[in-house]
Parts: sequence; structure tokens; C-alpha cells
Amino acid sequence: MNASVVVFPGSNCDRDVLYALGKIAGIPAVPVWHKDPVLPEDTDLVVLPGGFSYGDYLRCGAMAARSPIIQAVREHARRGGLVLGICNGFQVLTEAGLLPGALLANSNLEFICSPCLLKVERSDTPFTNAYPEGTLVQFPIAHHEGLYFLPERELQKLEDNRQVVFRYAAADGSAGAQHSPNGSLNGIAGIVNSSGNVLGLMPHPERASEKLLGGTDGLGMWYSIKSWLEGGAR
Amino acid sequence: MKFRARILVSLKEGVLDTQGKAVLVSLKNLGFDVVEEVRIGKSIEIVLSAGSAEEAEKKVESMCEALLVNPLIETGRVSLEAIG
Repeated sequence: MNASVVVFPGSNCDRDVLYALGKIAGIPAVPVWHKDPVLPEDTDLVVLPGGFSYGDYLRCGAMAARSPIIQAVREHARRGGLVLGICNGFQVLTEAGLLPGALLANSNLEFICSPCLLKVERSDTPFTNAYPEGTLVQFPIAHHEGLYFLPERELQKLEDNRQVVFRYAAADGSAGAQHSPNGSLNGIAGIVNSSGNVLGLMPHPERASEKLLGGTDGLGMWYSIKSWLEGGAR
Repeated sequence: MKFRARILVSLKEGVLDTQGKAVLVSLKNLGFDVVEEVRIGKSIEIVLSAGSAEEAEKKVESMCEALLVNPLIETGRVSLEAIG
């Protein structure tokens, strides 16, 4: 079981993810430079970490999505390999066409850095099988472009396909647009592709993986991935 | 031949333009009550060489498709001038 964490110029959560995977969850993880045309041969999971790849120039994630490594990530995803995009990584996945939609500027025009409650809408994915469906978790968000947008008809299709995995929520368990800190449509914080092996989310599970840093709700994602790759969760 | 292409990238109608909204409020606060709507886009200038205007336009269109415009949320309008 091996993970590759792609490093773009401007990535700044790559080390946090490497630490969470390798040191906390026990999934061996190596950094991979964005100019590499191939992934390490034994890669099971690819993580596109958060940050400001290419300074967010043109559109967030636009340039990173055209990096040499992305062709290899696309191929990995096509073969059914796991791909996880966090924050800027989510933006890169939408720009690369590996996930539907786009992330627009937050509706309040502010950079939001804050803990956030999320409802786990699906526990049958490789990334969330350790959480019972409906679990509330707290991950921090830190972004300026996190408003998930998709035209209405496609948004309905996304909901009908049950592709929404994380939704912004409140302590009473309600979830939806009214709890979006960033104006995200339908309260969407994270989605999967139709085959379920590519997940993107704006909140940061790697920043909720150690008590010292304020919480461990993110651990469930690493353990989900681990047991999925070990074959136990299928 | 050399050409200068200008690509005007605008957010599609129906896509929330938070910048435009904020600027609208500021303009109103400055007393410009006549303002009804503000949409903010960006302008990209590219100097390129091509055999003809048609060829230049085709090239720029493919640049829009490959990188410059995200068709889900944006539209791009290309204009071209020969500069020698």
C-alpha cells in the first residue's frame, strides 16, 4: 500500500499530508514533483494537496491541472486507482475534468480560515467507510475560492447520483446551503466522481489528524483509505 | 505575420460574480445610484505569429479551449489585429 503526494510550485500542505499518511496512519507516502511524467510504479493513492499552485494565477488550479504529472494521475484514476484532492487539490481536479464543477470566490469575498462542521453523506466510499453515514466531523477550512458551483441541471444529476460526500452542517445535524460558510451550492464541501474513486473536498482532514492540532476527526479518512486498500472495507 | 489577440473573458450569466457584487455596492456607496449591475471579467493579450488572420484566430481559439477559458463558468471573446 503506497501513496504519492504531488507537489506543485506553491503547494503548502504536502508535508502535512505526508506526515498524516506516513507518521499517523501508517500508509507509506512519498512526494512526487509535478514535472514527473509518471507516478511511482506501486502507487495506490494519489493525493493532490492544498496550497496555492502557480500562485492561483489565471484560475485556481488551472495551471497545475495542465502539469505533466496530471496525465499520469488521469491514467491512474481511469484504472480505478484512488485520487484525493484537498482544497487546492480539489480545484485542480475540477480544472483537470476529473471531477465536475468549479470552485468560485467565497460569497463573502473573504479568505475563510475556520473550523467547520461537516456531515458525512456517504460511508460507502474508499475515503469515508470508517464513518457511519450521517456522522458529523470537524475539519478546518482555509480558502478564498471554495464556493462549489455547477449549473442547476448538472447539480441535480450530481445529487441524484449521490456524489456529494461531505456537506457543511450544524451541530443539530442539519446540513445544506444555509450552513455553507462560503456560499457553496447545496452546502457542498466534497464530492466523488461517478465511479467513486476520485474525491475532492475543500476542508482539510490532514489538519484534523492530531489532538495537538485541535482534533482527530480527519483520521477516519486515512483509516478508511487504509482498510479499503487492505481489502477490508469492500 | 504578427498579430495581437485580445481575449475578453467574462463569467457566464447565472454564475455568481462576487467581485462584481462588491464593486456594485461600493459604487452605490459613492453615490452612483444609477448603477444596476457590475460584472467583472479579465482581458488577456497575446502576441503571436501566424500565416494569416484565420490561422491566428484558430490558434487563439484552441488556446482558449486548452487553458485560458473554463467553459463551465466563462466565455471568451477573441478579437485580433495585425501588428506587422
